[in-house]
Amino acid sequence: MDLSFTAEQEAFRRQVRTWIKANLPVRERDAPPLEQGDPKRIQAMKDWQRKLYGAGYVAMGWPKEYGGQAADVVQQTIVNEELVLARAPGLIGMMGIQMVGPTLMKFGSEEQKRRHLPHILNAEEIWCQGYSEPGSGSDLASLKTRAELVGDEFIVNGQKVWTSNAQHAHWMFCLVRTDPAAPKHKGISYLLIDMRSPGVTVRPLIQMTGDPGFNEVFFEDVRVPRQNLVGELHQGWQVANATLAHERNMLGSTTVTQHMFNGLLRLAQSRERGGRPAADDPVIRQRLADLLIRVEAMKYHAFRQLTDTIKKRPPGIGASVNKLVSTELNHDIAAMALEVMGSYGLLARNARHVVDRGSWPNEFMFTLGLVIGGGTSQIQKNIISERGLGMPRGA
Amino acid sequence: MDFGLSEEQEQLQQSARDFLARECPTALVRELARSEDGFARGFHQKLAGMGWTGLIIPDAFGGVGLSMLDLAVLSEEMGRAVMPGPFFASSGLAALALINGGASALKKEWLPRLVSGEAIGALAFLEESDRLDCEGVVARASKTRTGYRLNGVKMFVLDAHVADFLIVAARSRAHGENGICLFLVPRDTPGVTVAPLPNVDQTRRPCEVVLRNVDVPASARVADETKGWKTLSRVIDAACVLLAADSLGGAQRALEMAVEYAKAREQFGKPIGSFQAVKHLCAEMVSEIEPSRSLLWYAAYAYDHETRNAARAASMAKARLSDVYARTTNRAVQIHGGIGFTWEHDMHLWFKRAKWNEAAFGNATYHRERLANLAGF
Repeated sequence: MDLSFTAEQEAFRRQVRTWIKANLPVRERDAPPLEQGDPKRIQAMKDWQRKLYGAGYVAMGWPKEYGGQAADVVQQTIVNEELVLARAPGLIGMMGIQMVGPTLMKFGSEEQKRRHLPHILNAEEIWCQGYSEPGSGSDLASLKTRAELVGDEFIVNGQKVWTSNAQHAHWMFCLVRTDPAAPKHKGISYLLIDMRSPGVTVRPLIQMTGDPGFNEVFFEDVRVPRQNLVGELHQGWQVANATLAHERNMLGSTTVTQHMFNGLLRLAQSRERGGRPAADDPVIRQRLADLLIRVEAMKYHAFRQLTDTIKKRPPGIGASVNKLVSTELNHDIAAMALEVMGSYGLLARNARHVVDRGSWPNEFMFTLGLVIGGGTSQIQKNIISERGLGMPRGA
Repeated sequence: MDFGLSEEQEQLQQSARDFLARECPTALVRELARSEDGFARGFHQKLAGMGWTGLIIPDAFGGVGLSMLDLAVLSEEMGRAVMPGPFFASSGLAALALINGGASALKKEWLPRLVSGEAIGALAFLEESDRLDCEGVVARASKTRTGYRLNGVKMFVLDAHVADFLIVAARSRAHGENGICLFLVPRDTPGVTVAPLPNVDQTRRPCEVVLRNVDVPASARVADETKGWKTLSRVIDAACVLLAADSLGGAQRALEMAVEYAKAREQFGKPIGSFQAVKHLCAEMVSEIEPSRSLLWYAAYAYDHETRNAARAASMAKARLSDVYARTTNRAVQIHGGIGFTWEHDMHLWFKRAKWNEAAFGNATYHRERLANLAGF
């Protein structure tokens, strides 16, 4: 057991920290993600990713031939940690970097990789995920958006929902039904759809936060070239499963959780309850301590999983445990912040006397969305019990 | 970055698991639970034969000289087996008190005997107040011409009734951390009276120890007056890590028993494990146990390698695993339904151990407050 980083890794960390300090604009610190923010920020976000990529800090683990550095996972982890510590905003191209890119590298044609990977890395093209439908959420495999192969084109008709950033996206990776006669898991294909295609309509949906964070996307006779099929025809479910595993790991980011807790602790130390600092109240101390313990447990759990990745051990249901635990923990941290703030907790962003720029009630709501999205907690528990413990399915 | 068990530790874990599955089945646990002492010297000798009684004792004294993480791995397996007996008190607490305390003559005399299994040690520090801070030590050590005279009542002293010696915490000054001394007191010293306290968790044997004018020589002092509390604090931190490890092993086993039962037991024409409510309880257990394992490993590692974080980490592990083991066994009993509530079924062995582990050396509430202080809230 060794928690230390090597001298080279520590030197690398210092280099990254120095670079971030010199290159992250102060106004970008704590900037909200695109879903919650201002469309005018898109250019600033693209510029930031481009700069970061130019410094060699984006998708470091990708093969060199596709724009990465074949770097080990520890280096990317160090960069990710340093970015969170510096309160840098999330990358606008995260969907492409963490989900589409690895999928194309595993299942895509050379042409698809050549066409898309560079633009994912330099933030020129933004991606959205076309999975959920009004009738297909947890039961994703029941999806109905139809793609009929006619000659060398697919004709796509249907609708996707909860599509984050569709209004800004250039491309969608989309699950469609190509064989309605087959059992549901066997009739799905994975298509790349150009969002500027005729017949694509994007309609924003307002989240409870008040932000147009996701969208409905309608397809009316949208023509998609056959070469935009990823993997084999009707094999889309296998391709998607690879992507879903990535999504669960992405959602379980322990460094972000630690950062949230630190903000909560600062809040509790600076706000008063009953005439004294909230952090002096014995009951609040108990609850803060319990949250800290859960946060620290996930931090060491992340080190353990990093080690398992380095040693190429199979991840098992670890991603589901991460997603379940981290999303609920983040929501509980935000809930505690509202408790500490009392009546101030529900003040809107533009109210006088608002605390922390109104970020906490927003976090409280948004984190609940993350408990649901990417596979609800209930679905994660099904996966953990069925695939992890071998318990019988269905009933 | 290599966060995990080494190959040797994995081997230690597997060999301990196999050994205890063979040598410490629940039949033995129940037999020892029924017995007067809760202790079988033959079984203790087997542990010595495996090298475990000296696992953490430096090889200069005949031990194996391994780390807190190694001892935690072993303790996890012992918790998995709800193993009764004085191992924790003797090869854990008493051994660590001697190792950390520093009196070399005492180490030379007693550590090899702990290693061989011929001697059992016990740690006597809690009193009637059940306070874990230094003011909980009220027992007095008055200086005499040849040494010290000890007076007081010690409570919840694990395995004092079978111990050959007790490490007793007493104070030479009225208040404060300074003035707390540790003394090695052979159990048969005149004035020492041990009364077992029958316990709901029958795998643990706490005792009341009354000290009435117990005279010990100056050489009985385990640590200098200025180091007594420091030594004791380190031992308490170790106790937290080792109990957390015991809890981790027990929780894992309880989960496995619940899952196995749920797969086999049928109601409404299907295994109860196919019902979502039951599946979700099991998934929740997994999602609490696995990150706790990581936390425990860190606490054991920090004890040896990050001493400035050791106390914090010990409190985190103890608080978390106390909650997790108790919650897991509560769920496991419920998943077993009525049969989980019987004496005949084994489930209550883990259920009770969870509650004892929770209360011993500070419960979750105590350790959360301690963490709040150490973390500077």
